[in-house]
Amino acid sequence: MSFRPTTRATALCAAITVGALSPLAAQAKTSVGLLLPYSGVFAALGNEIEAGFTVAMEAAGATDQFDIIKEDTEVKPPVGLAKARKLVLEDEVDVIVGVVSSGVLGAMRDFVHDAEVPLLVANAGNDHATGEQCSPYITRVSFSNAQINRPMGDWLAGSGVKTAYIMAADYAAGHQTMAAFKESFTAAGGEIVGEEYTPFRKTKDFGPYLTKAKASGAEAVYVFYAGGEAISFVKQYDSFGLKDQMGLYSGGFLTSPLYVNAEGPAAEGVITALHYMPTLDTPENKAFVDAYTAKYGKGPSEFAVQGYDAAHALLSSQADGETRGAELSAALSRYSANSPRGPISIDPATNNIVQNIYIYETVAGENGLTQRLIDTVENVQDAPNGCVL
Amino acid sequence: MSDTGFWIVQTLNGVQLSLLYFLLSVGLTVIFGLMHFVNLAHGALYALGAYVSVTVSAVLGYWGGFLLAPVAVAVVGIGLYLLLIRRLRHADHMNQVLVTFGLIFVFTDLFRIGWGDIDLGLEPPTLFSGQSTVFGVVYPTYRLFVIALGLVIMAALALVLTRTQIGAMIRAGVDNEDMAACLGIDVDRVFFGVFCMGCALAGLAGVVAAPVFSVTPAMGDSVLIPALIVVVIGGLGSLRGAVVGSFLVGFIQTFGAVIAPQLAAMITYALLAAVLILRPAGLFPARS
Repeated sequence: MSFRPTTRATALCAAITVGALSPLAAQAKTSVGLLLPYSGVFAALGNEIEAGFTVAMEAAGATDQFDIIKEDTEVKPPVGLAKARKLVLEDEVDVIVGVVSSGVLGAMRDFVHDAEVPLLVANAGNDHATGEQCSPYITRVSFSNAQINRPMGDWLAGSGVKTAYIMAADYAAGHQTMAAFKESFTAAGGEIVGEEYTPFRKTKDFGPYLTKAKASGAEAVYVFYAGGEAISFVKQYDSFGLKDQMGLYSGGFLTSPLYVNAEGPAAEGVITALHYMPTLDTPENKAFVDAYTAKYGKGPSEFAVQGYDAAHALLSSQADGETRGAELSAALSRYSANSPRGPISIDPATNNIVQNIYIYETVAGENGLTQRLIDTVENVQDAPNGCVL
Repeated sequence: MSDTGFWIVQTLNGVQLSLLYFLLSVGLTVIFGLMHFVNLAHGALYALGAYVSVTVSAVLGYWGGFLLAPVAVAVVGIGLYLLLIRRLRHADHMNQVLVTFGLIFVFTDLFRIGWGDIDLGLEPPTLFSGQSTVFGVVYPTYRLFVIALGLVIMAALALVLTRTQIGAMIRAGVDNEDMAACLGIDVDRVFFGVFCMGCALAGLAGVVAAPVFSVTPAMGDSVLIPALIVVVIGGLGSLRGAVVGSFLVGFIQTFGAVIAPQLAAMITYALLAAVLILRPAGLFPARS
């Protein structure tokens, strides 16, 4: 059995250990391609991931160990693929970290698989990337769409809600999240009374859809929206007075710390599920939030913690002495730690992360909106779904 | 909710969206008609109105933003006019399109630099928060305000264009620029005034839309296409065309979303194609 860093008490401890080992590992610098959207609709997410990554690297004093080359995917699959090629063929990076959009991940999957370059996914939740399209070179430290939404189906049915109306943005993530919720909600005895997929990025006015949802008479509405669409949706949901009539539930990107203040009081009472919430009461999270806030003057989001964990996975693989190719991939997929988001590990069957899912309500706090933890679903693990590594 | 109630609410949704499109496209169509000038940056000015209102509202409250944002956008419009648009006044359409298309990118990046990548929101004024009951249905009060405001602006513009001397000068300029100039109308000045007014209306549309939608750097792009479709369907330069075009597009999008969501986007373009084939000048062209 190989050495597993599970035995380490905390992620911080891991960082210190790595720091101590660094003179050995740093003989040849590892070059890292940071492939993130720095422009386009997900630019804010790219910046958050990089911020979390930087906080971890600086805390470990490991900045000198790595050559970091940044590239902008522009959230466009062809651009993402071209930049991945550039990183591998021209810059000859040892590992690529990042990828926010599931579309970009889909486009570059075959390339990194064939080029045998390790890819550490720090956001894109596309289920296929750790399902039928999985690769020994792709390790995901963020989440999968199904992983976040499946537990919500059980939980909502268990909390006594019998009927739900579902709405999502009409693209891969919207369909995958809804499929996962629908399956577990109906299996637990719930009934879907209607569903609607709204044109992605083209829908500004949700009024017509919300009126339909209201007319359905469902007890709850379950949705997937992120970014600007989440802001419009939550505010319009509240303005139509639906919140008093039928509860709003979703994956936690709906009320992400990045956007929740723009939603304002409309977000109060929305119940969501996510792999991280900034108010988690653990020493690891407190240390992370303090370090992050000290550097950037604002609290971290789930995207920042994904960047943070990606950096720690990388540091841990370096501590194992692996800096390249298949060995590096293997080391990355052995990663486990006590992250700010709770205990995490990589599933050897799919290379997807295994982690807790937190179900929480957005509530008014002293300094704006905050979270109230309702339930924790521990160690959520996806089925292999056709993945053979 | 009763069945009639459902359709009343959807009709109100349609009216609200139509009037928002009207505010956006009326400036575009008159600038288009009067000057044959294609201003693709109109959507960016709408976004500017929304951003300015978010910043001003933080200090002066919603109504401060409501009053100041259109003024600020008009001032930026004046700057654009003096720097760029005056020179392009007689350039061919391709050059106008290229320059104003470039402006979209410039504005988008300026929004990102000035206000950041994270999308913003604006709270509606307390006076119009919550819901009201109209025609026996419960409807968001702020949306009723949007409807009322749109109708007031529509009536005011109709009055100015048909009943005042300035309106007559504008109509003369749209109808035949050279002839109007011969009759002693300073067409350039009329155009300048119309351009400022159009910019202010785009800014106003931005303020009004901000509490309903999210404020994002690219918010102008997503409304530019519907606004252009409204202009083309209605006919260049005509107020009546802008009204009819707005209501057609607004209702098709709303009821399309209700009845056939998969087709909603396509029906608008199908209508555009049909109008271009059957009435290439639009339904109510200013110049017959």
